[in-house]
Formats: sequence, C-alpha cells, structure tokens
Amino acid sequence: MCGVDALSEAIVSLKNVEKWFGDNHVVRNMNLDIAEGEFLTLLGPSGCGKTTTLRMIAGFEDATEGTILVEGERVEDKEPFQRDVNTVFQNYSLFPHMTVYDNVAYGPSIRKTPKAEIRERVKEMLDMVQMSGYEKRKPDELSGGQKQRVAIARALINRPRVLLLDEPLGALDLKLRKQMQIELKRLQKKLGITFVYVTHDQEEAMTMSDRIAVMKDGVIEQIGRPAEIYRRPKTRFVADFIGESNIFEGVVEHVGDRTGADGSASGGARLLGIRLGAGRVSACGEGFSAGDRVYVSVRPESLCVSREKAEGFDLPASVTDTVYMGTLTKILLRTADGQEVKYSRFEQEEDLRESMGVYLCWQPEKAVVIPAEAERGESR
Amino acid sequence: MKKKDRSRLPMLAQTGPVSVWMVLFVTLPLLFIIYISFMSRGEFGGVVYEFSTESYRTILDPMYFTVVAKSFRVALTTTLLCLLFGYPLAYYIAKKPPEKASRLIMLLMIPFWTNGMMRLNAWMLFFQMNGPVNYVLTHLHIVEKPVMFLYTDWLVNIGLFTNMLPFAVLPMYSSIEKLQKSLLEASYDLGADRKKTFFRVTLPLTFPGIFSAIILTFIPALGTYTVTDMLGGGKVLYIGNIIKNQFGAIRNWPLGAALSVLLLVITALLIFLYSRFAGIEDLEVV
Repeated sequence: MCGVDALSEAIVSLKNVEKWFGDNHVVRNMNLDIAEGEFLTLLGPSGCGKTTTLRMIAGFEDATEGTILVEGERVEDKEPFQRDVNTVFQNYSLFPHMTVYDNVAYGPSIRKTPKAEIRERVKEMLDMVQMSGYEKRKPDELSGGQKQRVAIARALINRPRVLLLDEPLGALDLKLRKQMQIELKRLQKKLGITFVYVTHDQEEAMTMSDRIAVMKDGVIEQIGRPAEIYRRPKTRFVADFIGESNIFEGVVEHVGDRTGADGSASGGARLLGIRLGAGRVSACGEGFSAGDRVYVSVRPESLCVSREKAEGFDLPASVTDTVYMGTLTKILLRTADGQEVKYSRFEQEEDLRESMGVYLCWQPEKAVVIPAEAERGESR
Repeated sequence: MKKKDRSRLPMLAQTGPVSVWMVLFVTLPLLFIIYISFMSRGEFGGVVYEFSTESYRTILDPMYFTVVAKSFRVALTTTLLCLLFGYPLAYYIAKKPPEKASRLIMLLMIPFWTNGMMRLNAWMLFFQMNGPVNYVLTHLHIVEKPVMFLYTDWLVNIGLFTNMLPFAVLPMYSSIEKLQKSLLEASYDLGADRKKTFFRVTLPLTFPGIFSAIILTFIPALGTYTVTDMLGGGKVLYIGNIIKNQFGAIRNWPLGAALSVLLLVITALLIFLYSRFAGIEDLEVV
C-alpha cells in the first residue's frame, strides 16, 4: 500500500517504525518509502503523528522500534547533525542574535567552508528566495513571510538531498500562504530535492504534493496521488478529511453485474444496491457481498437532485438552505433520518427552494463504497 | 487630546507608586549621602554642615587604593566562581521537567530563609581551629596541625561565593529555560554538534542572564561587610567594612559618605561599560 510504485528509488525509507511517548502510541507500524525528487506530504489532523514522523527522519526523536533509512543507510544511531537532511521549522527558528546573512551562513560556517565560498552561496540562496538586500537585518525586523524565506534559504544552503518541512506556512495569512505554496513547489521542481512536507491543510497538500500520505492516529490511512486520494478514498476518514464529502452509512442489499465499459470504475467493480437508513441507493464497488456494512461517499459536486426517482435510487430529501457563491451554488439538504447533505453545482437556476421535497441520486461510479469493518479495524 | 488624557491616568497609576518609593527611599538618601560627603566632620563625630573636600582628599591616600583593589579582587573572584559553578547548575536545573526544576530551585533557596548572621556563625564554627573541618583533616593526617581557615581571603571568597550563588543561578536559569528548544534543534539540523551549538547559540542567547548574574553578584560582593567582617574578622580590610566603620565605630560620616560615593561611581561606571560591551551586536564567542 505504501510502495513507491512507478516512481524511482526510495531516498527515505521507514520500515516497521513505532513510536511511543510513555503510554502514548504516536506512530504505529509505519512503512513508508519516499522516492528521490518527489514532493511527499504527510497530511492529517493534529496529533496524528505526522510531525513525530518528520522529527524521527530528522533525528530529533528516536524511533521506539523499526528502521529508518536515508539514502540507503540506517540512521537510527546518527545524531541530527550527522544526517544529510535539513529541516524548515514551523516557527522558523531563526537565530535571533544573528543577522539574516549569519543565519543563512550558519550551516557552511559550521563546516569550516572558506569565507569567500560562504559569501557566494549565501548570495545565491538569498537570490533564490528573493531576499537579497536583507543580509544585515535581524530576524525580528522581518515579516513572517520573509522569515520563512530566510528559513528556507538556511535549510537549503547545505544542499541536502531531502528537505523536511514542518507546517512551514502555518503562521502565514491565507494570501501569502497561497503564494508561498506556489513558490515552494516551483523551488522543489527546480532543485530536484525531495521534499517531505507536513501539514494539516488538505487544500495545501492537494496543491503541492506529488503524493499524499493521509495519517490518522499514527497510521497511514492512504497514500497516493492527490487526484487518486480525492477520487478513490479508501477509508471513511480519508473521504471525510480530503475535501467535502457526503458519507452515508448502509448495508449492501444486492450485488449486480460488472459495470459497463462506460463506467470509469473498471476491473472487478460491480453495481451495488445499498440500503440506507433513509432510502436506497446504488454505487459501484469491488469485493463486496450482500449483507456487508458499508459507507457510501459522494462528493457534493457529484450529487444530482431531481423531482423524480432515478433508477436504483430512492433517497428523498428536503432543501434546507441555498447559498449563492458567485459561480458556485451550495445547497444544503436533509434526508428523512436527519442527515445533512451538501450539494454544489455551477448552474444558477432557481428551481430549488427551501423546504422543497426532492430525490437524491448520482452516477453509481462517482460514489465510493468503503467497507465499514475495515474502517473500524484500522482505527483501533 | 481627550484620548491622551485618558491614557495618562493608567500610566500614572502604574508608575506612580514606584516612582514615589524610588524618590523617597533611593534618590533622596543618595543625594543626602553625596551632600554629606562634601561636609566637615564634627569634633566628636557626626556632621558639621560646612563645605569641605577633606574627605575626598583623604581618599586619595594610597591606602584606600589598595583596599579598593583588594575589594575588587575578592568581588571578581566571587563573580567568577559564581559563573563557573552557577551556569552548569542553572543549565542542569533548566533541563529538568518543571516540577523537578522548581523543587531544585527551592533547595537552592532554603539556605536564604535562614538568618544571614546565623549562617555566617555556622561557617565560623565549622572552620574554626577546633571545628569539624580541622578535626577531620588532622585525624585523616592530611594536615599535621589544625589549619587557620578563619580570617583569610580564602574563606571570605568561599563565604561570598555561597552567599551569592543563588543570585547568579536564578537569572541564568530563567535565561536558559527561556531558550527555545527548536533553536538548538535548528543548530543540530544544520550540522553543529553539541559543543558548537553551545558556543554559537546557547551561550550568546543566554548572555542576558549571565550579565544579570554578574551584576547581581559583583556589586553586592564589592560592597559587602557582613561576610568580610565575620569570616575575614576585620583583619583584612575591604571597602565595605571601612564604610561601615566610618558610619559606626569611627563616626566619620563625611568620609564614609565620600567612600560610598566612590563605590557608587565605580559600580555605575562598570554597569555602563558592561552594558556598552553587552550591546555590541556580534559577540565573537568562538
């Protein structure tokens, strides 16, 4: 599940890594291969173990069990200052008693690099993050975004093969954050350095990453390309955490034929009839049999609303709210058993009024069926 | 205008009481001391309010210079001892979890809740000719005859050191404790080992604490007279004792005041120089 698949060789590998803080099991049997040159994001809510995982790679925390390999070498016994990875910290952690120049020059000056070379490399780094001219400033004379740029320059000057970033944009305002996201991604592509990025912001993860590892309770719930994770969440948590989702709980009633060639879900996917608390729906899924307890996840934009029942669907709901948001209209509905359903669409026809009774449906292959048992098993 | 008036009242309420206190109990007495130092000595002690620079002329006597130099040496030794032992201790305490740290701080402070005179008397009993230290030393045949510890510079230094240590440890502790762990991590991350991190990050960033520790130990040590009186037995003279004697036994208030002014000027000068030095932007420590 966590293999590097089509990407090139792993530059960082975690094998059966466990981390306990006292009685607190923070990271559970983690296996993760990070490919050279990729932008991998560890995404999850606070307390899911993503920062701890990053800190174990950096060497600030020891893994309780398991092995960590960087460039094929075991690093458990290496101190942070002996590892060829560098970190951009959440709170920047610039040395307050040093100027911007001295902060950036810190790495090479520790390694006794000749002064002229240091000067050249600092200049190059500051140019790269567009901070030339600020050499003589102290960190407390910089704005948050500027501090972040200096922190990035300081971490990259040692020319690491892997850069670890711990929620580096967390303290910036939305506009600056968006701008820095693009810049960071551009930088990563240009330098070809592997980025391991920690964030709790799913949108940020979607924008920047080559692959996302969604974590919950110390476990990687799913790892894959952003679009893959968005379209095919493997657990209820992932479906809920990534983007907006309507999740219905139900039981598989009957398993139908293989879906036709026109369905996007190929392979062994079958059309499933699923009974919900408030009605009956259809969805495509693989490996289910009648009687299985499942979650059906449907994105708001995949939902259809009509006055008539569609084939295979019988899910009545009533409109509670409509919100016009420019190009997009967001509509909130409520099913008979009280579940709130989010529906969004681009057309602005005013055919849906509040407290109007409608039927919900969707194209079966647009919905994702998640086994309820697997969900419970993984989060224990 | 209205806004300004409104903001003035809280400011006055905040700084007013302290200002009154400072003026009444620090500024005025200080001015009075300076005033007295320019007066004449009465025939039977006390002050005669006639202008005179006699006290200052007396100070020019080389004898006083030796006393000041000696006081400096003792104060400096005390400060150095306090830094040398205090910094590692402060570091050790700061790295402990909070509950443990506060317990250690309390242990450090406990001696200060006992009376100072009692503590000094205990020291004297401890180190006297037939005291426990000499008893152990002679019975272990480390020395042949009991050693005269009392009334030596050595004991004065030890006494001052133990007296001042908490004042050195506390500011350094708070400085080290405030140091963000992530700054040390950033330093390690960039390739600096523990020693380099200490000299390039920890030490410069805890310098304010060290500076306070120096001020808080050096200045009291320079002017002290209780420790030097008892452990030094008045046999060795320090500037603090001389001042005390002028106001006490000898009753030459103007001379005492003039010596106080001298001490004041020296300390003020030191603080000034030190703050200038500490204000230098790039402290080259390695």
